[in-house]
Amino acid sequence: MFCDRAIELVRELHRAPEGQLLAFNEDGLRQVLEEMKALYEQNQSDVNEAKSGGRSDLIPTIKFRHCSLLRNRRCTVAYLYDRLLRIRALRWEYGSVLPNVLRFHMSAEEVEWFNRYKKSLATYMRSLGGDEGLDITQDMKPPKSLYIEVRCLKDYGEFEVDDGTSVLLKKNSQHFLPRWKCEPLIRQGVLEHVLW
Amino acid sequence: MSEAYFRVESGALSHEENFLSLDDILMSHEKLPVRTEIPIPRLGAFFPERSGGADTDNTIPQGSKLELPLWLAKGLFDNKRRILSVDLPKIYREGWRTVFSADANVVDLHKMGPHFYGFGSQLLHFDSPENTDISQSLLQAMSYLLSFSVSALKCCRLELLREKTFIGRFRRIMDSSQNAYNEDTSALVARLDEMERGLFQMGQRGLNDFQCWEKGQASQITASSLVQNYKKRKFTHTEN
Repeated sequence: MFCDRAIELVRELHRAPEGQLLAFNEDGLRQVLEEMKALYEQNQSDVNEAKSGGRSDLIPTIKFRHCSLLRNRRCTVAYLYDRLLRIRALRWEYGSVLPNVLRFHMSAEEVEWFNRYKKSLATYMRSLGGDEGLDITQDMKPPKSLYIEVRCLKDYGEFEVDDGTSVLLKKNSQHFLPRWKCEPLIRQGVLEHVLW
Repeated sequence: MSEAYFRVESGALSHEENFLSLDDILMSHEKLPVRTEIPIPRLGAFFPERSGGADTDNTIPQGSKLELPLWLAKGLFDNKRRILSVDLPKIYREGWRTVFSADANVVDLHKMGPHFYGFGSQLLHFDSPENTDISQSLLQAMSYLLSFSVSALKCCRLELLREKTFIGRFRRIMDSSQNAYNEDTSALVARLDEMERGLFQMGQRGLNDFQCWEKGQASQITASSLVQNYKKRKFTHTEN
């Protein structure tokens, strides 16, 4: 039956736990596009036959193939769009620098899209709040205090605080640091926010 | 649960499916019985039992009964029924409708096609004379099962509260009397269709958020769930 490969793409993405980005299924996509090409060519020849050869009984067949083409298109567009939504979520949840393992999951066009999205977001953020701009990816939960207690989950190295002093982030060390500096590291899983 | 990932919602229950919704695409992949009104040449390869074979140009003869996916049936259907006519699947017919009106709770909706409500709502497009009856039975099943889900969610909350304050006693109760609350919810989820599972998950999420707030963890900055997933996968990767 037509459109089997396309529905597999959609299923694969649907199965992934909420928001997780899988590797780009280049093979699957290529197979769907090949099927679409074959369907289109078959339809072209049948249309010619129907017009010149008077075979109007081919019309339901042409319609059948056309529905399959539309279906393939819908599946691929939905697949690509959903992936973009997941990549967009990465910018908000993880930050602007993605780990390599994630980069390898994205196609070249998706990486390009991510970079352009980052840039748009940065331009927008700079335009807010007067001269310095406003980082809206921070403070996703309403802050209760300026400084927070954090524990290091893995070795990170030297970390410089605003007034120039630097802290050594070694596994299991605890620090009392400004919230805005720690937030990205907490989200990346390097630090852990300790509540009293 | 990713906080920044907003997938395209299903539109199946409203007038039209959402083009980009993965849920709707999967829902419209389910099959329904149709009957061809005219012969369809050159596609016999897909329906070998019905096909006329190579001499008839691989034609599917007129009047064949086929099982086609909803997307195809929708595409080929028109009001004059020139290419095909659509029959109702069993679960939406008279026999099952009486079951729903008697006791909607007994039905395993997951087995009966995991998109019972979405699929049923989209069937209404086929202008069958039984449309009002179908919508009625959908609503009936929905209202009964939703009220059951709500009471199951209340049990969920009770379970969470008990876990927090009486954890030992709860375990003892569970061991000795096989506490019905815990049993019911897992059995219930197994028999829910996709829409109900979505609702159930939303309820769970709400409860979890409330619990989190009660414990004072609402202001705690957490690592992104996406990150945690990747870490887990990386770990198993290096193990292999």
